[in-house]
Amino acid sequence: MSLVLEKRESSSPLVNFLVPVLSVLFALLLGALIIYLSGFDPGVAYLEMLSGAFGSGYAISETIVKAIPLMLCALGVGLAFKTVLWNIGAEGQLYMGAWAAGWVALSFPQGQSWWLIPLMMIAGFLAGALWGLVPGILKASLNVNEIITSLLLNYVAILWVDYFVYGPWKDPKGYGFPFTPFFGEGAWLPTFFGTRVHLGIVFAIFAAIIIYFLLKSTRLGYEIRVIGENPRAAKYAGMNIFRNIIIVFIISGGLAGLAGMAEVSGVIHRLQHAISPGYGYTAIIIAWLSRLNPIATVLVAILFGGLLVGGFSVRSIGLSESLVYVIQGIILFLLLAGDILTRYRLSWRGRS
Amino acid sequence: MEGIVKRFPGVLANDHVDFEVRTGEVHALLGENGAGKTTLMSILAGIYRADAGNIYINSRRVHIKSPRDAIKEGVGMIHQNFLLINSHSVAENITLGYDRPRFLLKRKKLEQEIQEIGQQFGLEVDPQAKIWQLSVGEQQRVEILKMLYRGAKILILDEPTAVLTPQEVQELFSTLRRMAQAGHAVVFISHKLDEVMRISDRITVLRKGRKVATLATRDTNPGELARLMVGREVFFDIKKSPPKPGEEVLAIRDLHALSDKGLPALKGVSLSVYSGEILGIAGVAGNGQKELAEVISGLRPAKGGKVLICGKDLTSVPPRRVIEEKVAYIPEDRKGVGTVGNLSVLDNLILKDYRRAPFSSGTFLNLRYIRDHASSLVEKFQIITPTLETSAKLLSGGNLQRLILAREISCSPKLMIAVHPTRGLDVSATESVHRMLLEQRENGAAILLISEDLDELTAISDRLAVIYEGEIMGIVKPKEVTLEEIGLMMAGKKRKTLESLEVTS
Repeated sequence: MSLVLEKRESSSPLVNFLVPVLSVLFALLLGALIIYLSGFDPGVAYLEMLSGAFGSGYAISETIVKAIPLMLCALGVGLAFKTVLWNIGAEGQLYMGAWAAGWVALSFPQGQSWWLIPLMMIAGFLAGALWGLVPGILKASLNVNEIITSLLLNYVAILWVDYFVYGPWKDPKGYGFPFTPFFGEGAWLPTFFGTRVHLGIVFAIFAAIIIYFLLKSTRLGYEIRVIGENPRAAKYAGMNIFRNIIIVFIISGGLAGLAGMAEVSGVIHRLQHAISPGYGYTAIIIAWLSRLNPIATVLVAILFGGLLVGGFSVRSIGLSESLVYVIQGIILFLLLAGDILTRYRLSWRGRS
Repeated sequence: MEGIVKRFPGVLANDHVDFEVRTGEVHALLGENGAGKTTLMSILAGIYRADAGNIYINSRRVHIKSPRDAIKEGVGMIHQNFLLINSHSVAENITLGYDRPRFLLKRKKLEQEIQEIGQQFGLEVDPQAKIWQLSVGEQQRVEILKMLYRGAKILILDEPTAVLTPQEVQELFSTLRRMAQAGHAVVFISHKLDEVMRISDRITVLRKGRKVATLATRDTNPGELARLMVGREVFFDIKKSPPKPGEEVLAIRDLHALSDKGLPALKGVSLSVYSGEILGIAGVAGNGQKELAEVISGLRPAKGGKVLICGKDLTSVPPRRVIEEKVAYIPEDRKGVGTVGNLSVLDNLILKDYRRAPFSSGTFLNLRYIRDHASSLVEKFQIITPTLETSAKLLSGGNLQRLILAREISCSPKLMIAVHPTRGLDVSATESVHRMLLEQRENGAAILLISEDLDELTAISDRLAVIYEGEIMGIVKPKEVTLEEIGLMMAGKKRKTLESLEVTS
């Protein structure tokens, strides 16, 4: 008897569901081992994380605050992945969106007008879209590898924001710290129930619903699915691939840009160095973990928001919060490894 | 080979197959596509390993675990796709991967040996020539030489005639004969009855992974073989009404185009296809057929000349414009171009129609209409699928082709381009494809049928154009010429211009 991998004829919904779930569970197990080796009790650490993330109303609200930019970015990269466009530039697109929104807010420091926030949203979306368009146009017209261009543009965007917060836009009363003055309150997104949860959550859920219907029941969504699965068939069917690549990068970058806008307008209320602790990268894991399903993306993003918030609370027992990034990395690793099981099945084969 | 079993996901490719080949014979392995012929021989050649069963060579049980083991046991297989390196010479290709010479290439000696083997079996090739300079027939000779040089005693040829002209087939057959006379055992895999009757001494018929019979060729006839292959009588004659060609639907004037490699593939092709007729394009693969179909459908730009459809100039317009003129296109590559494997049958059925009413209005798809439309097509064209949501990649070849035809026919095309529409299909699927093409012809569509299968072309086309190296060698009525004449045109040797035949009515 030997254990062999057999190619699956069809994908099994159960396995498609189990692989991500088990990836998370095994990652937590491996994380426990690491905690143990660092000299801590994994049970205590995980309980601490759990209560830090979901243990109280406040904890849950903080988790959702972190989940908002994750949702928006993950919806954006997920749509690009669906088209087999590897946009890993959500981080940079988020920074550019934040920068553009900040620019609008700082230009109207006294602004109390109703149009200020919509204008910031448009600016944030457009700036992210523009940042996504660079790899998009290069890919569509010259077939330049979008992984490299979108990744490298992240650093450009981060340094671009740094230039402004260390330079021309630095708060003169900020004791030299790298941030701008606070935006006028008219540029702050409204929050709910006295928590830090802001209107961005509505953007994110709205975006998830739109993308869900976009893929399911629109011509554009149909084209995206065909192009993603088989570009030659798309060409044969008379689809304009160039146009679709451009549109997908605009939506994908725009959503990340909106995440940046929501983050500075809803949480930080100014531009600063290091706006994002890597939301754009974590979004890649979320998109994969949710199998590019926009509704699942929302839920998985909350889980990852909890992981981030829980990571802060384990500091109280002396563990480093970078544990969270270790676990995130292990999840992605296991997920990619586990993907083989969605295409192959294990079976026992005897020699007769 | 005894009791060979090989299982692939969802298919039992070989189900306890027994097979024997003797020295000095040409043994044909006959069966429809998917009958398990290639699988069985791939097991003998060490490419697959059987799940069960034993192999004996000269009454000795052998364990063949790799192609290297196979060649040690004297088994060599020549595949449909040649495994040659284009920029290397014939001699270099023949020694590649072989453990002799050990270290230094003794070029002169090697070339001499190759020439000797070549002369012995009628496989003359210049050992110094580079592969890319050779014709397909010559490349095949190199593959055979490679196996002979390595001492193969059992030679397996997998559908070797698919890429050859009738003249080259003749040469190949005399080579196979000589090899058998020299004491080799030759296995000839094919699904073509006439070839099998011509070349083989014995025939083993496989059907759906099982061995049906082994017969001496002289004791059988094509009718019996066909019955064994498909398990029922096949009708070779296709009922067809006399042509009633109408107006000119497709006009191609002095068309030029480049191949993927940037070389001229079409050199001044002029053709007309009239409504209510089937114009067949005959030719050995790679003589510009693919480029011709792609230029008409807008997938490849023309370098010169014109494509007119119903009088409208549609030269080098985007594919979408051509689709809008009701041009149906059945591409050669069903899985790579014609369908999207991971999407559902439903999604695949609207690939051409999704952008027009009533399938969609503006931004949104009309999901209810699409579902009704898809289920009626599935029923009408007898596409066998568990549900409309089933991924297209799970459909069998015949069902997939029916799906494509259903989709392409549902727009009631004015012009239909069909490229190798029956390649790889079994007899019943082939029959249904032919029936559908003829139905469209009855309905007044103009049909351009590109195929390598001369039997198919002569059976269903009204006129036949022969293409060779991007030029039309002539246009004939299939009933007025012999296969040999067509064969000569396919080889580019004779330019037959029957201008009078171009005007058919």
